[in-house]
Amino acid sequence: MADYLNLAGWLAALAQTVLFVAIAPLFANWVKRAKCTLQNRRPPPWLQPYRDLRRLFGKEVVLAHTASHVFRIAPYIVFGTAVLAASIIPFILAEIPFAAMADAIVLVGTLALGRFFLALAGLDVGTSFGGMGSSREMTFAALAEPAMLMVVFTLAMLASSTNLSTVVGFFLEQPLALRPSLLFGLLALLLVGIAETGRIPVDNPATHLELTMIHEAMILEYTGRHLALMEYASQLKLAIYAVLTVNLFLPWGISRTLDPASVGIAVLALTAKLAVLGALLALAETLVAKMRLFRVPTFLAVAFTLSLIGMLSFIMLEGH
Amino acid sequence: MTAYADLPLIEQLIRTFAALILVSSFALLAQARVVAAIQVFAWQGFLLSALTALVAWNSGLPHLYISAVLSLVLKALFIPWLLIRQSRRLGILRDFDAVIRPGLTLMAAGTLVIFCYNVVIPVREFTQIVTRDAIAVSLALVMISLLMLITRRKAITQVVAFMSLENGLFFAAVTATQGMPMVVELGIAFDVLIAAVIFGVFFFHIRDSIETLDVDQLSRLREMDE
Amino acid sequence: MIALVITLSTPLLAALVLAVVRSPRIGGWINISATAAGFAAATWLAWTVLGQGAIHGDQFQVDAFNVYLIALTSLVGLSTSIFSRPYMEHELELRRVTPRRMRLYHASFQGFLFTMLLSLSTNNLGVLWVALEGATLATVLLVSLYRTPESIEAAWKYFILCGVGIAQALFGTVLLYFAAARVVPDPERALQWSVLYAHAGQLEPVVVAIAFIFLLIGYGTKVGLVPLHNWLPDAHSEGPTPMSAVLSGLLLNVALYAVVRVKMITDGALAAGVAHDPQLAGRLMMGFGLTSFLVAGLFLHRQKDIKRLFSYSSIEHMGLMTFAFGLGGPLATFGALLHMTVHSLTKSAIFVTVGHASQIAGTQRIEQIRGLIRTQPQVGWGLLIGSIAIAGFPPFGVFTSEFLLLTATMKSSPWLTVPLLAGFAVAFSGLFRHLQPMVFGALPAGQKPINMNPVPVTLHLALVLWLGLSIPPSLARWFDDATRLISGSGLL
Repeated sequence: MADYLNLAGWLAALAQTVLFVAIAPLFANWVKRAKCTLQNRRPPPWLQPYRDLRRLFGKEVVLAHTASHVFRIAPYIVFGTAVLAASIIPFILAEIPFAAMADAIVLVGTLALGRFFLALAGLDVGTSFGGMGSSREMTFAALAEPAMLMVVFTLAMLASSTNLSTVVGFFLEQPLALRPSLLFGLLALLLVGIAETGRIPVDNPATHLELTMIHEAMILEYTGRHLALMEYASQLKLAIYAVLTVNLFLPWGISRTLDPASVGIAVLALTAKLAVLGALLALAETLVAKMRLFRVPTFLAVAFTLSLIGMLSFIMLEGH
Repeated sequence: MTAYADLPLIEQLIRTFAALILVSSFALLAQARVVAAIQVFAWQGFLLSALTALVAWNSGLPHLYISAVLSLVLKALFIPWLLIRQSRRLGILRDFDAVIRPGLTLMAAGTLVIFCYNVVIPVREFTQIVTRDAIAVSLALVMISLLMLITRRKAITQVVAFMSLENGLFFAAVTATQGMPMVVELGIAFDVLIAAVIFGVFFFHIRDSIETLDVDQLSRLREMDE
Repeated sequence: MIALVITLSTPLLAALVLAVVRSPRIGGWINISATAAGFAAATWLAWTVLGQGAIHGDQFQVDAFNVYLIALTSLVGLSTSIFSRPYMEHELELRRVTPRRMRLYHASFQGFLFTMLLSLSTNNLGVLWVALEGATLATVLLVSLYRTPESIEAAWKYFILCGVGIAQALFGTVLLYFAAARVVPDPERALQWSVLYAHAGQLEPVVVAIAFIFLLIGYGTKVGLVPLHNWLPDAHSEGPTPMSAVLSGLLLNVALYAVVRVKMITDGALAAGVAHDPQLAGRLMMGFGLTSFLVAGLFLHRQKDIKRLFSYSSIEHMGLMTFAFGLGGPLATFGALLHMTVHSLTKSAIFVTVGHASQIAGTQRIEQIRGLIRTQPQVGWGLLIGSIAIAGFPPFGVFTSEFLLLTATMKSSPWLTVPLLAGFAVAFSGLFRHLQPMVFGALPAGQKPINMNPVPVTLHLALVLWLGLSIPPSLARWFDDATRLISGSGLL
């Protein structure tokens, strides 16, 4: 065990995290570009998100006079938790020292911590939009988190470990099998991911339509580098869910050693998987209309039910 | 744990279909619109028929193919067709039958599944047949249908629940015991057919007598009247 | 075997013929002649079985236990059809039914008889289920025959509750098949009762125990066991009276017959079991039976509808029989079999008179039925004697069977005689507080007698009286054969 707990391992994990953070805006942009192409609009340039971030970082921060410390700290915590979460999940290398320290439940907790501060920040200034956004976010989170945890538990029961590296390793070693539990877990994770990252049909990342926005409502008061961090964090979150989905349920190609060849294959495989997933997301967002806000709990209830059935069918139909 | 992955693909497929049928019964439970409920029911019938065909393939029992065709015709086509036709004629196709406390109902359904699983644990311990888990699932299907039956208000959705209960039983017969003797299966199919037709006639009787299909309104006969 | 074929095919053919006969008048006569032919065939069958021993076919099996029920079913079917002809003609005159619905009524009546006889004579537990479900289907449109909101509601309740209940029985049947498939090599024979009974000892006790619980709940719904009885008073009170008579006199019996058959298998499977209570099936039945007996007795007191009153009385008696079969042992079983017979005869006679009584009064409400004995003494006396008989007074047969049951209870579990005796007292007072004013109360103005055929009631009550005074030796031996079959040892 733990032949990766050495200096090279740590350095590789660190490098992987840096890479993850670096490409997250690119993935968000890829989805946007795919969507534009599908909708016959001119796509933004490849590096547009980086330019936006640089511009925002350069701008002066304007604070509302009612803003407290929480409002100022929140962007750093939200961004920090997103980076932390990104460092935990298997990205290119399956076996990383971080995963041994923090398992899947920590991942869910980290994301929850970020959301908590995001909601606090929305409430802090005292505008009605911020409060509205926060209350909606927390309502949905109350439904989405159990579903997410249920998926994690199903995976953990399957692999007999909550360690994400072990889970990925387990899938790589297993012969290919059609498991209803994984099928429903994957579906549930996709639904939760869509809700959590504020994509259509739950939220529309592209608009500031007052009555329906959730995520945008909370960060409405932010400017300058704070806004940049918040935007960056949300791009990271999208990438986290995407990577989590492809690497947990379709882990093939991921590298289990530091061998350059296998790392190269892993990079290629991951790029391909993410590209396909992003394109599918764009396609889904183009085809599906945004649902009414009151329907979102139903949407999440479906996710929860699916994750529940996933777990139940693991126990009932796959247990031996 | 590795045992599951070593099963032949066909058995994995059978289990996946079993799980899909379970999902369809959850979907049925949560479905408020009459037409959507009937459609989900039709899908359930279709899945059931596909599952039967898979079991027939796996076990090499030819009479199961007949059951598969029978359930396809009856449960995936005829009964949904009849229900949709009748509800169109009654003008209730687009109606809603509000699910009371959907969250609670779904949680209750989940609890029921766990309960059913526990009920059949002693059965599982003694049996070696690979499809033994099916008993738990079929009991769960039956229980979820019962739950649907008591949480619904409209006659038509109650009938859908009733028929899906029958589906659960059929599921048990197919997966746990590789089908029943042919004469019994034909008899059951015949009963279901007649029941469906009588239900179809009954909708009109109910509507004619109380001018609605809300079964809530059927409350004249009580022990505690006056 | 030929007798069996005739017994079964007569009602089936009659149902098909009656479905196309337009005239209600002719339909009524065909109905009577078909049941008469069926009764003749059933008598022949009974005579054959008694003389030459049981018929053990592959699909059909007629032994001492079910042949007597077949005879009873045909007899009650015959007398009910005789009663139903003038009764339904009267209803037709009152325009409560249309000629078209009369056609439905006659066809369903014969269809119901067919399902009853099929469930009694079949050897296949799956077919038994199919036939009992078929009985629901055949009668559900009869319950709603008058198309009043109440009757529609009753029919809906009946349909849904019985359908759901009996679905549990199918699950139990599947479980039994599941258990049997591992013991019996030929899957086509694994649901045959005789095969299951022969292999009962090898069946997996846990599976059989779970199956029995489902079967008891399922068929118990049809027996009308509390708390699964809700449909029963509604269906009895809202349907036409001949329907109530056959439901009470036949359907409940046949459902109980199914429970007893599976209990025999369950007992066989659990007998060897160490981990399980070998008496599980019996104890469950005793519990359900006693609860039904007591609860229904209490409910008798608060009834306002005369048919509901007697349907609760049916629940009470079915509870008592279930209890007795659960108790097991030759004496209790003998008593239960006798009780089944006398209850069927008495209860169908009572429903027949109740039907006439409510036609005389023009209502089923107890408080408006008054002075029957002066308006039409036949009806008044019929109701009075019937109620005395059903309440368990000597010298009627119900007294004999209840006395046997009490004695059996006293022997095996003495402390249970206390609730039994209390139940008898409660039920008795519940019946008679309603009965006395109906029969003797002040005569309402303008109450006129109606056209009736006194033969069925007289015949049934005379039979019950005869069974109370002396059970003919041949019949006693017959019951004894059945007792030996069910409980393992006879009385005589």
